[in-house]
Amino acid sequence: MSTNQDRVALPPVNAQRTNLTCHFCIVGCGYHVYKWDADVEGGRAPHQNALGLDFRKQLPPLTTIMTPAMTNVIKGKDGRRYNIMIVPDKSCSVNQGLSSTRGGRLATVMYTDDGVGKERLRNPRVYVGDTWFDTNWDDALALYCGVTKKILDSDGPSGLVFDCFDHGGAGGGFENTWGTGKLMFTALKTPMVRIHNRPAYNSECHATREMGIGELNNSYEDAELADVIMAIGCNSYETQTNYFLAHWLPNLQGGTVAKKQKWFPGEAAAKGKIIFVDPRRTPTIAAAEQAAGKDNVLHLDIEPGTDIALFNGFFTHVLEQGWQDKDFIAQYTRDFDAAVQANKLSLDEASRITGVPVAKLRQAAEWAYKPKASGQPTRTMHAYEKGIIWGNDNYLIQSALVDVVLATHNVGRRGTGVVRMGGHQEGYTRPPYPGDKKIYIDQEIIQGRGLMYTAWGANPFQTTLNAEQHRGVILRRAGIVREAIGKARGASNKDKVDAIYDAVKNKGGLFVANINLYPTALAQAACVLLPSAHPGETNLTSMNGERRCRLSEKFMDPPGVAKADCLIAADIANTLKAMYAAEGKADMAARFTGFDWKTEEDAFNDGFRVAGTSGAPPIDSQGGGTGYLATYARLRAAGNNGVQLPIKEYKDGKLIGTEMLYTDGKFDTSDGKAIFKPSTWPGLPQTVADQKAKHRFWINNGRVNEVWQTGYHDMYYAFVRDRWPMAFIELNPDDAQSLGVTSGDVVELFNDYGSTYAMAYLEPSIKKNQTFMQFGYWNGIAGDVVTPWTDRNVVPYYKGTWASIRRVGTVSDFKETVTFKQRRYG
Amino acid sequence: MGNLVSRREFLKFTGGVAAGAAALPANAKEAPAADAGNTMLSYKAKVVGKAGALNANQPVSFTFPDASSPCAIVKMGTPVLGGVGPNQDIVAYSTMCTHMGCPVSYDAATRVFKCPCHFSIFDAEKAGEMVCGQATENLPRIVLKYNDKDDSVTAVSIVGLLYGRQSNIL
Repeated sequence: MSTNQDRVALPPVNAQRTNLTCHFCIVGCGYHVYKWDADVEGGRAPHQNALGLDFRKQLPPLTTIMTPAMTNVIKGKDGRRYNIMIVPDKSCSVNQGLSSTRGGRLATVMYTDDGVGKERLRNPRVYVGDTWFDTNWDDALALYCGVTKKILDSDGPSGLVFDCFDHGGAGGGFENTWGTGKLMFTALKTPMVRIHNRPAYNSECHATREMGIGELNNSYEDAELADVIMAIGCNSYETQTNYFLAHWLPNLQGGTVAKKQKWFPGEAAAKGKIIFVDPRRTPTIAAAEQAAGKDNVLHLDIEPGTDIALFNGFFTHVLEQGWQDKDFIAQYTRDFDAAVQANKLSLDEASRITGVPVAKLRQAAEWAYKPKASGQPTRTMHAYEKGIIWGNDNYLIQSALVDVVLATHNVGRRGTGVVRMGGHQEGYTRPPYPGDKKIYIDQEIIQGRGLMYTAWGANPFQTTLNAEQHRGVILRRAGIVREAIGKARGASNKDKVDAIYDAVKNKGGLFVANINLYPTALAQAACVLLPSAHPGETNLTSMNGERRCRLSEKFMDPPGVAKADCLIAADIANTLKAMYAAEGKADMAARFTGFDWKTEEDAFNDGFRVAGTSGAPPIDSQGGGTGYLATYARLRAAGNNGVQLPIKEYKDGKLIGTEMLYTDGKFDTSDGKAIFKPSTWPGLPQTVADQKAKHRFWINNGRVNEVWQTGYHDMYYAFVRDRWPMAFIELNPDDAQSLGVTSGDVVELFNDYGSTYAMAYLEPSIKKNQTFMQFGYWNGIAGDVVTPWTDRNVVPYYKGTWASIRRVGTVSDFKETVTFKQRRYG
Repeated sequence: MGNLVSRREFLKFTGGVAAGAAALPANAKEAPAADAGNTMLSYKAKVVGKAGALNANQPVSFTFPDASSPCAIVKMGTPVLGGVGPNQDIVAYSTMCTHMGCPVSYDAATRVFKCPCHFSIFDAEKAGEMVCGQATENLPRIVLKYNDKDDSVTAVSIVGLLYGRQSNIL
């Protein structure tokens, strides 16, 4: 090993090359994976390496991205060592050769026994007495399925609680949402399921869907064509990086004017403008100002939780000015008048509520909604993410936003769209949820209900709301089971199942299992850990924020006996089937049939490709009724550009997809008309207002560029851990002074719901009495101080809580080694 | 395979200063690989200048290990991670962003190197740590050696891979 990390091995020209879609954020950048024997290296001449680059001399800027983080040495099951290099694909329309700081590290996080992934689960593990032991699948499944069956037989499916992913990318994908969904909903039939990032089985986009507009309705190219982008509660430089860099920036820099002229002849075309709606000055805003010039950027820094008032103000103003598209409203929508009535709010009143000067609101409205000088309606794309989704309140903000969008016909036209930006990729194919109401699962657990809890690619300890109480209850209830298992010395699995059942049924216990790549924080409560796999170790299909579906190809084995989630689901189902068959219960055994999958492709063919075909059971699939056209072979041939769902046809050896939805004015409602929704400004929820009245600081929170999700890889990755040894909290410097805090100090945040710690990071652009804390981290949990309030669909208001702050002390290590320079470019 | 050794641990261990001149060959050529006895590349040491000639917070450009690798040396004015010289305050970095090789510029007000292409920021006072940005590596740090007999500062090696190279030595 080179001590200074100052050289890498090049892939030889004959290195194996496969496609990999980055499995982290929604954007899903295309990468190429090169794999070759570790005892061979390509040469520096362009004809001697698979990259075709001339490394005999310095490459010019912007030629390539190839860093040590993009390389690794893995070991095959055959004991042979292989070099891998994972570099961005220039021909992928999504990222066009760019990599983010997260995707650029895909190679390093692949499993090696001494690398970042060394803590990965290689085998199932069981907790016995007071420690963990590795075991085999049969043993672990006998215990897991034994308890499952005992509960199912004695108490019915509602004793079986799941916290399960529903997305694409790592810990998801069409194969794995189908596998887990079929197990939970068709076989076990339990309604006691929550989704990885929220406390119920619900959507993040109920309102827009009810209005007839799916939340991913345009293409990334539309951001290049928009006259104006309105970015609402999304920090895209940090959280959808290459969508921002490859598609928004060129528009803001004027690089797409010719394209606009070509697409829209006769229309005025200029370089794009951008309007940000966010209480905080984000790194994205700073980057946009650099790219577009400050004159082309407006920042509406609204008071927390006042989005509804903002959009109602815009809606009312648009109608007053006569900027609405009357023909579109009349022909393609309904219930307009009800919204006009309910949403009426003057721009002055909107200004008073949001705290944004009325002149600025007026300017924003003119940019976004005033018809062009050339007469056509302005093409404004509305992009939103967690500021709305985790805002006050999800349902009403989306209603208010989409009302403005419908009034101005900013959907279904190229260069427009009202789209969520997304967190993970998508990848949903499941049988219908077997319940008729949304169950607030966290509260069920807190109140002592549920007997068994499976966390599947989910980490509620770090990510849920009211997390301290939720975690505390699970730890206490899980402890009862652990104690019971500890006392069952020498017990067979059958005896253990009886002991566990006694603990959960009669003593208030909760049997916790965790299915994941790593043990994670859930290992503090679990009794069984089952090892799963991620892209590269398994074939996987997902779709990105423009519904672009790609096949990520397997190029190595998972560690040990880890396997894809869909195959774990199949193992569980098949074990239960055998248990019931052994008892002669044919009817129950029949419920667990249909899992005869040998590979993840079998699961793909069983769900995604069956949905909507004749004779198929009801399946909710993002592939719609034409998923059957996509085979692994066809997707493999489509490479990193894949196909945008829904697929229209397979023609001349190519899958033909859908670039934009609703171009025909036909929306996803029973009569095809989009529906306006009344959304009167409600003020802050009382639960939240109470905390605001008692505590000084607004605790805004969200993701940060360098870290993916809960840090499940990154907590072991020195580049990230050095940067963020602890969740940070941005503080206004004057506020910090009043607290006696400087950057690198540790502070405690506390309110009526909990307390957590964070590393102080002074940031001049943070307003007084406001903060921003890194969300979901392994070391400092923002959710501990988030209130249990949710909207009508049990969607949390993660972004809305208030807390007090006190200085705890100094960690000299942080002060000496962590940079606390401004993260906003400028 | 990067980043397996924590940068924090590495700096604490070495103080960021070259362990000594013993590894420097007398007549380094463009050797394509390390000698069998070495794990470090054969950089040819290069005198960058006199410490006393550097003004605080004013970067000076130089190239290392060859003419196509632009670098900057900065006297920070106060001791910093990896700093050498009488005040342990002299550091040097490659000025090619590790992401895509765009030239980074030094911002004297905030003492960071900034990349205009994709907005990456690196802290000159914290061993080139990425403040925010899309790179996967911190800014390559030019390891300096200070000679108190003649006040000279010599570039001896590099921690991190320079942009656009298979190896730091062409």
